[in-house]
Amino acid sequence: MPLLSLAIWVPITFGLLVLATGSDRHANLARWLALIGALLGFAVTVPLYTRFDPATAAMQFVELRPWIESFRVNYHLGVDGISVLFILLTAFTTVIVVLAGWRVIERKVAQYFASFLIMSGLMIGVFASLDAVLFYVFWEAMLIPMFIVIGVWGGPRRVYASVKFFLYTLLGSLLMLIAFIYLYQKAGSFDILELHRLPLGYREQILIFLAFFAAFAVKVPMWPVHTWLPDAHVEAPTGGSVVLAAIMLKLGAYGFLRFSLPIAPDASHALAGFMIALSLIAVVYIGLVALVQGDMKKLIAYSSIAHMGFVTLGFFLFNALGVEGALVQMISHGFVSGALFLCVGVMYDRVHSRQIADYGGVVNTMPVFSAFFVLFAMANAGLPATSGFVGEFMVIMASIQVHFWYAFFAATTLIFGAAYTLWMIKRVVFGAVVHEHVAAMKDLSPREFLVLALLAVAVLAMGIYPAPFTEVMHASVEQLLTHVAQSKCGDVCGW
Amino acid sequence: MTVEFALTDLIPALPELALLGAACLILILDLFLADDLRWVTFGLSLLALGLAAALTWGTHDAVPTLAFGNTFVDDSLSDVLKLMIYGSVAAVMIYSRDYVRTRGMYRGEFYVLVLFATLGMMIMVSASHFLTLYLGLELLSLCLYALVALQRDSVVATEAAMKYFVLGALASGLLLFGMSLLYGATGSLELARVAAALPDGAGHDAVLVFGLVFVVAALAFKLGAVPFHMWIPDVYQGAPTAVTLFVASAPKFAAFAFVMRLLVEGLGALVTDWQPMLVLLAVLSIALGNVTAIAQTNIKRMLAYSTISHMGFLLLGFLSGSPTGYGAALFYVSAYVLMSLGGFAMILLLSREVEAEELDDFKGLNQRSPWHAFLMLLLMFSMAGVPPTLGFYAKLSVLQAALEAGFLWLTVFAVLMSVVGAFYYLRVVKLMYFDAPAQPTPPRAGADMHVLVSANGLAVLALGVMPQPLMALCAGTIRQMV
Repeated sequence: MPLLSLAIWVPITFGLLVLATGSDRHANLARWLALIGALLGFAVTVPLYTRFDPATAAMQFVELRPWIESFRVNYHLGVDGISVLFILLTAFTTVIVVLAGWRVIERKVAQYFASFLIMSGLMIGVFASLDAVLFYVFWEAMLIPMFIVIGVWGGPRRVYASVKFFLYTLLGSLLMLIAFIYLYQKAGSFDILELHRLPLGYREQILIFLAFFAAFAVKVPMWPVHTWLPDAHVEAPTGGSVVLAAIMLKLGAYGFLRFSLPIAPDASHALAGFMIALSLIAVVYIGLVALVQGDMKKLIAYSSIAHMGFVTLGFFLFNALGVEGALVQMISHGFVSGALFLCVGVMYDRVHSRQIADYGGVVNTMPVFSAFFVLFAMANAGLPATSGFVGEFMVIMASIQVHFWYAFFAATTLIFGAAYTLWMIKRVVFGAVVHEHVAAMKDLSPREFLVLALLAVAVLAMGIYPAPFTEVMHASVEQLLTHVAQSKCGDVCGW
Repeated sequence: MTVEFALTDLIPALPELALLGAACLILILDLFLADDLRWVTFGLSLLALGLAAALTWGTHDAVPTLAFGNTFVDDSLSDVLKLMIYGSVAAVMIYSRDYVRTRGMYRGEFYVLVLFATLGMMIMVSASHFLTLYLGLELLSLCLYALVALQRDSVVATEAAMKYFVLGALASGLLLFGMSLLYGATGSLELARVAAALPDGAGHDAVLVFGLVFVVAALAFKLGAVPFHMWIPDVYQGAPTAVTLFVASAPKFAAFAFVMRLLVEGLGALVTDWQPMLVLLAVLSIALGNVTAIAQTNIKRMLAYSTISHMGFLLLGFLSGSPTGYGAALFYVSAYVLMSLGGFAMILLLSREVEAEELDDFKGLNQRSPWHAFLMLLLMFSMAGVPPTLGFYAKLSVLQAALEAGFLWLTVFAVLMSVVGAFYYLRVVKLMYFDAPAQPTPPRAGADMHVLVSANGLAVLALGVMPQPLMALCAGTIRQMV
């Protein structure tokens, strides 16, 4: 069975079906159809994990058939230990998003759910593509539904945020496209695995690395090209924020692993200092920025940037612990940030405010919710026994092997992360109830409980027993690092 | 030179002859038709196109056939382009039917002029001689001037027609002057002989280059490339939308043929001379078209500037000076015409009794009619070059060709500018999806229009998912030629 094709096209097909239900008169049909689509979409990704062979670094579940012969582009899909988990994460998040939007969205219901289903298929496509053009098509196409989601169901400044999001990403992506075309001319193929083997001069590698950097750094986002993210997060509806934080940011990081490092290894080594510097700035400076935010969504958005700084830091340490730690951090952050945005969404649905100052003492009226919220906040701060701890610990361990000061600055996140998260928790959840609207808040509905419980289980499971996640990656990460350690330009490396 | 005329010469020209006969017949027949029988004219015009298509298909031969003393050629390129022209002209007729009916243009003149313009394009496409090319061009242009001015009491339309005519006549003058210089330098007006008279590396000969500059200027005018673009915004905005739709679609194929026949077939040896000229035209067109389009509030004018930038991208294909590049350019122009047809058709669809020319008329279209908004969304993203739509592959092809020819910085510049361009296409999507409509009624459309516009929008998506057939067709056509 072409599992990867199913994982991509099942959600997209259901998305189109949902779209076809049309007006809001059939809203319930659209909701149920979307849920079935999301569950089916997740179901077809499960065998990808259960049948995955962790012993090999080769691509698995490969599908290869010609697509655009004129450019020798193939419909080439496959996953390795690096990408397989993200496909599951994407499908899982889609289920969560559909459940979370169940009652909240009342306007243009079909279009809302269709956007998320189609986006889910496209994002899985990005993780599964082994052809650069196919990758690019999925990569760009997912901007369209996200643009619509932010713009139609977003907050007051949604137009600004959606256009900024789209144009920022497009700019970076187009430079990457030029790099792809250049590589195609050298290699005669868009096949990613062939591009990995393509010998390249030093100067070429630097330029290609920078072109990729433009695309991926915007998406991650790395400081200083992160400014679209707080805007997009704040204005997007809850579902949009969840997908953005949980999956879309990971696409950028994934791009570094799949393209930048193996295609331009010498440039990656040469520019590693630069990348680490940017990552550490994100960890320290953005952590401080997060501290002073008065808007919860903005705070979580900045916290996402800081956490993604950890991911890019782990990649450019070039040791297995760092890369695996970064991958674990990506998955953990997918759960945690998604959960935090959902928590803010739950409160927003009741009070229609995201300002920290409008809350206080929520635990008195919503004890169950508060328990979840505090758990996810702890995970965000990197408390041991939650998923957030594992990745951060691994990356800090890896960085101390490379340089003491890297580890020193990276470790500040344990302080800043705890500071901004716990301070937010203190002001929102604890204390006395001062606002009337807080006193009127009702605790979680069964649907909300289900959504948060699913995520809580994931966060705790990953924190207590991370082996099922890490052992999948070992072989692929080792192979990647061996590949990156070999120079492509040899003795003639030089500008 | 004596020209031997043989009856067999007529065979390659059968489509042209048939269309000419049909157009004359319709012209006369229409005089005797009552107003409520005007659909006969409409139907016959479509039939005439169908007949021409059948004949083009029937006389298709992979080997080029020359006729009329080597002034006329029937080859793969001409056949493919003609078939594309018939298709787009037929689409124009169907799209514009309701529009012309409500504005007193539902008369024989409209259809006859369109058919004669089509004939002009066909002659351009099949030209293998400077004069045939010129004749076809003039026939096309004169019909277009008249079409733009068809709404006699519209001041803007008359002004647009006047501008178009004056500038067009100037461009024709430039073209003739350039051709005469080339004739002086090579001793022939026949494209094949001109090409033969130019040895490889004949560049930089003063007279030749002088003639070339004039020819390129005329080409740039017809394409609407900066700095010869002045007529485009005024004509697109001033002309009745049905005519704008026509101007913005089929003639682009003719313009493609014009460049192909003149620069590639005739003056291919001067590639090192015309390449930098095209680079300049492309850079200016892409920059000015994209930047100026942002400031527009009238969607016809906005699409006019977008056309200018698209023509810049088209030139990227040509200036690479390789068969890959020409194939990419043909692919680009086909994609562009398909998108342009769809875009203007959507304006026609919204324009019923009142014009819907302003961007604000698209406000809230998603609430009025989600399906039409979705189609327009596809068209806009395709124009912006976002996958999975056709426009992306068109951009990919020309960028690849330009990069292959070594124009790295030009391609970087082009993609940066297309980010600027994405902004105004996004604005249309924003108006349709994010804003509330001024009036809630869905746009009304006849069944034929509805089906065709849906097919047009979906084709942009379908060809985006499966671009191979069209790409192969374009590349194959060029390969047979060069």
